[in-house]
Formats: sequence, structure tokens, C-alpha cells
Amino acid sequence: MLVPLKWLNEYVKIDDIDPQEFADRMTMSGSKVEEVIETGKEIENVVTGRIVKIEKHPNAEKLVVCQMDVGSETIQIITGADNVREGQIVPVALHGSKLPGGVKIKRGKLRGLESNGMLCSAAELGLGEYVPNAAAGIYILPEDTKVGVDIKDVLNLGNAVIDFEITSNRPDCLSMIGMAREASVTFNRPLSIPEIHVKENGQDVNDFIDVEIKAKDLCTRYGVRIVRNVKIEESPDWMKERLKDAGVRPINNIVDITNYVMLEYGQPLHAFDYDKISGKKIIVRRAKDGENLKTLDGKDRKLDNSMLVIADPEKPLVVAGVMGGEDSEVTEKSSNILFETANFNGTSVRLTSKKLGFRTEASSRFEKGIDPNIALDALNRAAELVVELKAGEVVSGVVDNYDNELRPWTVDISPDRINRFLGTDIPKDKMVSILESLKIDVVDKDKDVMKAVIPTFRADIELEEDIAEEIARIYGYNNIESTRIKGEALEGGLNREQKIEGIARDILTGSGLYETITYSIVSPDDFDKINIPKNSALRNTITILNPLGRDLSIMRTTLIPSMLEVIARNYSKKIESAGFFELGRVYWPLDDKISKLPEEKNMLVIGMYGDCDFYDIKGCIELLLQSLGIRKYEFKRESDNATFHPGKTAKLEVKRKNIGIVGEIHPDIIERFDIPKHVYICELDFDEIVSLSELDKHFKPLPKYPSIERDMALLVDRNIMASEIEDIIREKGGNLIESIKLFDVYEGKQIPEGKKSIAYSIIYRSDCRTLKDDEVNKVHDSIIKSVESNLGAQLRL
Amino acid sequence: MRDQLLKIKKEASEDIKKASNAIELDNVRVKYLGKKGSLTAILRGMGSLDSEERPVIGKLANEIRSEIEELINEALESVKERERHEKLKSEIIDISMPGRIKNRGARHPLTIVLDEIKEIFTGMGFLVVEGPEVELDYYNFEAMNIPKNHPARDVQDTFYINDEVLLRTQTSPMQARYMEKNKPPIRIIVPGRVYRSDTPDASHSPVFTQIEGLVVDDGITMGNLKGTLDIFARKLFGEDTKTKFRPHHFNFTEPSAELDVSCSVCKGAGCSVCKGTGWVEILGCGMVHPKVLEFCKIDHRKYSGFAFGVGLERVAMIKYGINDIRLFYENDIRFLNQF
Ligand SMILES: [Zn+2]
Repeated sequence: MLVPLKWLNEYVKIDDIDPQEFADRMTMSGSKVEEVIETGKEIENVVTGRIVKIEKHPNAEKLVVCQMDVGSETIQIITGADNVREGQIVPVALHGSKLPGGVKIKRGKLRGLESNGMLCSAAELGLGEYVPNAAAGIYILPEDTKVGVDIKDVLNLGNAVIDFEITSNRPDCLSMIGMAREASVTFNRPLSIPEIHVKENGQDVNDFIDVEIKAKDLCTRYGVRIVRNVKIEESPDWMKERLKDAGVRPINNIVDITNYVMLEYGQPLHAFDYDKISGKKIIVRRAKDGENLKTLDGKDRKLDNSMLVIADPEKPLVVAGVMGGEDSEVTEKSSNILFETANFNGTSVRLTSKKLGFRTEASSRFEKGIDPNIALDALNRAAELVVELKAGEVVSGVVDNYDNELRPWTVDISPDRINRFLGTDIPKDKMVSILESLKIDVVDKDKDVMKAVIPTFRADIELEEDIAEEIARIYGYNNIESTRIKGEALEGGLNREQKIEGIARDILTGSGLYETITYSIVSPDDFDKINIPKNSALRNTITILNPLGRDLSIMRTTLIPSMLEVIARNYSKKIESAGFFELGRVYWPLDDKISKLPEEKNMLVIGMYGDCDFYDIKGCIELLLQSLGIRKYEFKRESDNATFHPGKTAKLEVKRKNIGIVGEIHPDIIERFDIPKHVYICELDFDEIVSLSELDKHFKPLPKYPSIERDMALLVDRNIMASEIEDIIREKGGNLIESIKLFDVYEGKQIPEGKKSIAYSIIYRSDCRTLKDDEVNKVHDSIIKSVESNLGAQLRL
Repeated sequence: MRDQLLKIKKEASEDIKKASNAIELDNVRVKYLGKKGSLTAILRGMGSLDSEERPVIGKLANEIRSEIEELINEALESVKERERHEKLKSEIIDISMPGRIKNRGARHPLTIVLDEIKEIFTGMGFLVVEGPEVELDYYNFEAMNIPKNHPARDVQDTFYINDEVLLRTQTSPMQARYMEKNKPPIRIIVPGRVYRSDTPDASHSPVFTQIEGLVVDDGITMGNLKGTLDIFARKLFGEDTKTKFRPHHFNFTEPSAELDVSCSVCKGAGCSVCKGTGWVEILGCGMVHPKVLEFCKIDHRKYSGFAFGVGLERVAMIKYGINDIRLFYENDIRFLNQF
């Protein structure tokens, strides 16, 4: 909401306050300032000049050479514009001048002739939005403009305008009078709203028009005035200046009046060409299903029964509060006009404008809610302006249909409760004076519980807490003392799952991985990209009805594509090797009719590429599981997952439960992501890991008796798995085995084709006695025999 | 003979002093104490002495012998010591060569800041709770005092799943979910992802992170809200941080405020982070709206509370001087390894 301070000053004297200070104090009393603007601030050293003489440029067909009288001297300027004539007065950017957008103008030569500046178009002065065809040629100023004057004075620039952010609870502040009310409270200065006097022509409005409201649920008030013998022309400068400063483009006197009054009072008005209304009658009714109306923008709109229209007995004229009709639009030819002021149901306007896909300044104001009691003032103000601008003669009287008048309501307030709620000690008198300055009357002032009488423009105030806010913001939030919460100390802290998440992050970052965070809304094309079968449950997703695009249209069911994208992005940035992890949610649709919500599961995905192999990522997982107290787990071969390499993939089982998958990503997929390296990824069910984790630690005494170490190098078929050998070692060694360490695996030279050498170091120890060599040798031999007979292994010597 | 002995002693000690290494010292030993050594020769020649002189000279000779031995040993020790020192000194490595760093790894900056925030609030007795991201319209809006067709809904730019289900636009729905199940005293923070239909650019992201805070108890005041958030701001941005509470509007709080903190980058002097104002807005807050308490069956005549919502990305951007929100979600390692 753009508020020109000059305009505001008409209702409350603030012109002695620095605009920045004004903005700061308004912000602190509840009207948040987005920006303090000085119109034309970027323009420097641009003056008015008269074109004394125009000659053709000797060296360029499209250029002309102008001798410019700029007051102090006559200078030569070359221009390419073709709308310049001798005698015209135009804006001249002198040498060293500045224009909006940081443009600097300097003296220079154009095709051999000196040019001492530039003649400006309206667009070049930043007036593109307000002047028709602003960029088409040089901005020709009125003939009586003085020469050699700063252009900012001529165009009424240099004004302070404040851009306020008006919150949805304060539609009353979407007006100069509303903001003046706030300023008057903030600066404790009197508010003066000029009284309205309309000079009427003596004819009776009832002879011209009759109004019937058929849909009273959608229209609480409808008032009209008639203006005769209108003369459509430009508005006076003062009005155009205010409109421009408030961000509204001047059109003609009648349209400008409706806009001016809307900005001043916050009440949208609509002007009809009276002669296009049949039967001297306005009917406010619901549209008929399928009824058509050609709107101002020239489009045929199909209406339905949920929409409110303003009609005459024959046809709809406008969509109420949303958009005018082309037929009844005010044009240069109009000679009689009907001004409408109305209060339409906000929700209805909102739904209608949504259905029609069209939002106007008026419709958005109706949506937010307007005090029905300002309707008549606004209408009369428009009539007053018609007379003031000599735009026509106003017919006597108004037609005003307003059955259920909205009256002020009361809210019980207890100063004591308010102080206890705010944590303040504001005297009752102070509270009362704050409320009264806000036009909220207080009655029963001598009682503990008083009554606040809420003016109808403050629909946002219903409860004592609302009053507390009014008092607090004017008293000053920063005057409320900061205090600590009293009452019993609470335990607070992290729960088990949150602590485990923290440990997991420590372990994974300690393993050299970087944590990533990626969008949880993804593309349905991701599934094809990672070879997810058509019938996979992963494809059953939560889908967004109104996504930003296909790429961000479903809730993810796997974190793998996001991880691949992170890897691809980093690879493309010439990072040769890296590892990442993400702890994030996936979303499984649930058919549960009661919760209606999906299951949100926490998943852990780890990804690495470059200087690593399967065993690096497996090691990461093992370290994580062990750190979380999960000692028993099993990696089982998984060769049927199309996302992964069939020979280099395992599923992870804990207590016979599948908790995830780890392996090398299928080479076809890697290619699709443009990563020419091996990529290893695991995806684990983190909720399961949390529930399986065992964080309680129990001390085990350190071993008292010495250990005996035996090494064993075996030659086995290459497809024998280490786990098979280890199972046998454990089975035969029983509780004498303290640890088994695989220390070498080798294929190649000196090893027969199809075989591999695999070497273990086994540590034997008993916790109740010193082991003897004989005893260990016996066990060790039995292990060797067993691997020989069961796995066809040969002992290497 | 006595003179001879004393001369040997003197010569020997000079020779020892001159000797510069173990071999030379050994030569000294041979020269005086060896089988053909001069002292040995004298000892051998003792037979020619008379019986009175023999024990006296013998004693002296032995004393001199052990003195020389001792001197040689001492010299040998110091030579060894010197040689070892020389050897170590020659074993030079280039300490300017790069150290071997194990892969570093790091938490995501958003996690780092979130952990800090969790620590601040858990220290003040808050619990950390989480809630669903795919949420019912009821909790996201209605229970937060934003009824159907309320104009505030347009501003929110909500992603819908169906008529009743949406992606939460704020962490506030967890206020209602928590209050339905737990009675005061309540002190929680709710971190989590939220969604708004904003096209990604330097300051917008359709997915981002919020931290909701809620305190409900008997006698909670707006002064408590200010006091709690003052502590939060000072702990997060530094002890010298100043705060400014500005009136604002949210449907689920009344009174409502926005909190500005003095810019931690320029200390209030004005910079690009604070757009020259010296202040940055970090959160919205307010006293829990009585209608929200009512929705959750908490008696608003008995209890009051405050709530706040912090944008995690925004806080991290201010804290680290990051200028583009998209960097958090691109996960470029050159970004991640700065934290
Ligand atoms: Zn700053």
C-alpha cells in the first residue's frame, strides 16, 4: 500500500516529521514499512528546455540537431526522436545528469556533431506506467511550462511515499484515512477528516433509478448516485499527482474519481454509463447458470449461480465487485453516469474471482472485508469531487439499500487481566486513553471489567486479547519488560531417536561423509531413471494436485535418485571422489481412512564414488551399526534389484528383518546420470535401526589370560564367500575364538585360474585359563580339516 | 718413576682431549693401557724397584690407570652422545609438506544450526518433538484459526494432495497436535520441513525448514515471550545481540510480533545481509490465540502461552552470510566443506 505523505498530511499534520523517522515509528506501532520512497530520486540535473531550432543532421538521416534553450544558455543536442517540433518544451538531461536505472548522461559526439545531453521520453524519466505511449517519443510538456526549471518540480516528483505492508487483519488500513488514523495515534496528533458537502442539482434520484437487492446474503448494502451531463476529460494535476504517487495510473476524471475515493476511504466504487441501463432499474442478483457477460477486457464470461451480478431487468451489467461489463463501461461518449457503492460478501467475491481467474483491486478489497458503514461517505465524496472537478451535475439524493445496519459491538476488558497477560503494569487510565485514540470508546470505566465499544471498521477486534494487542502496540512492545518463564523447571532434552540421529551423524561425518539435504518433492520420472519395475510399490506415491511442475510433483518413496543427483552434480564440478549421506523422510501412502495421512519413514542413504569400493561403504554401515550397539547383522547377496549391479549388491538383515540394501549402482543408471565412475549406495530403514539399536553399555572385564594367534592361508574356489569360511571357524572354534581377521585376499599370479587365496588370522583365548599350544593346535587343525572337506579348500604353506 | 707416571697421566689426558671419535679414543687406550702401552710397560718394570718403593708406586700406577680409563670412558660417552645428536640432526624431514588428512566429512550447515538451536532450547527445558509433513487441512489451517476461505490462505500458496490433505505450510499444526495430547505445562520446539508453492530463486525454496516453539502454562506473559526469545537470539548470534519486537499479525497468535535482531555480520553498521538497516528479521511470534487453545480443549481463562516460528535457512544465511537459499539444497561439496 503506497501512501504519499503529502496526501496523508491532509488528515493529520506530519509534514514536519522526517519520512524515515515517520516510517520507523509507524513500523513500531504496527504498520510495517516495506520501503521509504522518494519519487524521482534517481533523477538529477534534468531541466525543462525549449526547442529553438531543428536542423537535419548532415551525416545521419535519422538524426536531427536541436538548439535547446535551457534557461541559462542555449545548447546543441542531437536526438533520433521524430516527434520533436520547434517551440516545444521538453525534458533535457544535461551533461552529467542522472536518470532512473543508474543511467548517466554525458556530453559526446554523434556522427561528428557535438551533443551536450539528451532529450528524454517519459519512460526514460521512470514514468512508463503513468503516461500513455511513454516510450514512443520525447515527452512533450505543456506549452506554458517554464524553461530552465528542474524537471522534478514540473512533474511533481521528489515526494515522499511510504510503502506499507498491510496485514490481512487490517483492511481498514488500505486507505489514506485508515493510515491517517494510525499516524494520529502513533504521533499523538489530531485527526481531521474533512466534512463532505455535495452541491446537488435539485432533481430527484428516484426519478432516475430504482434498486432491488435480490441476493441479500451476498450484498449487505447497495447505494447509487446519478451524475448528469458529464464531461469526460483529464483530471487536474493535483489529483493525477496523488494517484501516480499512490501507484495508480490516471485515466480520465470519472475513473480517477472512483480510484481516488477508493484510495482515500478504502471503498471501491463503480461507474456505469447510465444510458446503457435498461428500465431505470438495478437488480442485485445471482447470475443464472450459463448466463453470459462480456467483461471490460473484451472476454465473454460464462457465469453461474454462485456468482453475484449487477443487472438491469434485461441483462447482467457487471460481475459484482469483480469486473465491469464492456457494454455499460464509461467512455468518452458517456453523458450520464451512475456511481455504485456497495458491500458485497467477501467469500463470494473471492470464489467468483477465482473461478473467473481474474482479480482486481476492488475484488481483493471486498475479499478482505470492508466496513459497510463507509459506503455512503465514499459515494458522497465521489459526488463532491464530480462537482469540484466540474465533471458533471449531481442529481439530488441517494438510493441506499441497507437493511441490516452493522452497529458497534462491545468487548469486556479487565485492565488487571490484560496486565497479567502482557506482563506489564500499565495504568488503567493509560489503557483507556490508548483505546480512545484508536476510536475505541470505553464505558464502565469505574468497574473492574470495562466495556470497549468497537467501531465497525475494526472487524478484527472480537476478544480481550485483541484489545491487549492494541494496547501493547501503542504502549510499545519494546516497553514490555523481558522476563524469564516462572513455574516449575521442566526436564526438556532430546529423546532416544533424536540422540541416535546425533550419534549416526557423528559416525558418518567421522567416516569422511558429507551430510546432504535434498528436496523431498521429486519427479515421477525418477523411477524409470533408476530402473524401478513398473509394478513396484515404490511407484505408489503421494501426488501433489497443484505442483510447480512435473519435476516437483510427488513425495519421494526412495532417497536414491536424490543421492545420485548430488553425486552427479559434484562429479560435474570436477570433484573426483566423495562420499555423502542423507537422513530424510520417505512418504508411503496409507489406505488408512482414519488418519488419512501417509506413513512418513526416516531413511538413511549413503553414497560414494571415486576412490572407494563396495567394502568402503559396507565398512561405513558396519561401523554405524556397531556404534549403535547392533552387533549381529548379516549381509546377504541380492542379485534381483534392478537399481544395483547384480553381483555387487547385498541386503542387510538384522534379526531376520530386511533393513536395507547396499551395492554398486547398475552401470546403465550411472550412464543416465552422466557419472563415468562406480557409485556405491546404500539405503537403510533408519526407523528400524533406531528401534534395534542398543545404547546401554555393559563393562566386560579385560582378559586375564594370554591369547594365542594362528594364521591360516587357504586356496579356495573364487565363488566361495568369506562368510562361509568364517561360519566354519566359529562353529569349530566355539568359545575359544576371540576374533577372526581376514588379512589378505588374492587372485592372480601363482594362483590357479578360478581360485583365490584367502588368509585369516585367528586369535584364541579362554577367559578362565591359559590355553596350551596343543589344545589350540587341535582346534585349529579341526578347522582346517572342516574347510578342506566342506569347502574344498587347500591349506597354502 | 713417579715422575714418569705423572708424565704419562698428563700426556694421556691431553691425548684424550684431542681425540674426536671412538676410534681415536681406542687408540689412546691402546697407547697407554694396552699390552704394549706405556703404563703397562711401567707396571711391568716395577720388579726393579725396591720393596719399600714398590707398593707406593704400584698404588699410584693403578690409580693413574683407572683415572685414564675413566677419562676415556667419559670421553667415549660424550663422543657417542655427540654422534647420536649429529645423526638425529641429519634426519631432516620437510615439515612444510601437506599433512595427511583423513576424509573430513561434515554435518550439513542446516543441521549444525538446528543442533545449536535445539541445544539452546533443551537447555531451557524444552522438548524436541516432530510431526507429519503431509498434514490435514484441519491442523494446518482450521485449528490455527485460519478457516476455509480465509484470505490468509491465498498468501500461503499451499500444495494440496486432496481436499483434506496438504503439505504443511508451517510447523504450527504441531502446536494443535501436541496440545490435543498433552496438557500444560508445555514447552516444545518442533523442527521440520515445510512446503510453499514458491518457484526456487535466491530467497525462495518450495521446501524449507521451520522451527516452531510453543510454551503453555499458567501465567505465561508476553514478557516471558520476549525474555525467552532474547536469550535465544543472544545465544545464537552472540551476547551483544540486540532485539526489536515489532507488531505484526498471525491468525494463531494475539498479540503477534516479528523479531528483528541486530545484524551479526556488521554489528548494526549496515551491510548487504541487513540491507543497510543494521537489523534482520528472524522470526514471527506471539501469544497463543485463545481460539487455538479452545480448539485444543485448553482453558484459555486458566492458561496462556506463546509460540514462535523460525525459518532455519534464513537464520543460517544470516549466521554464515550465505546469499542464496538454493545452495543448501544443491549440496555442492565446495559449499558443504566450509562448515
Ligand atoms: Zn548488517
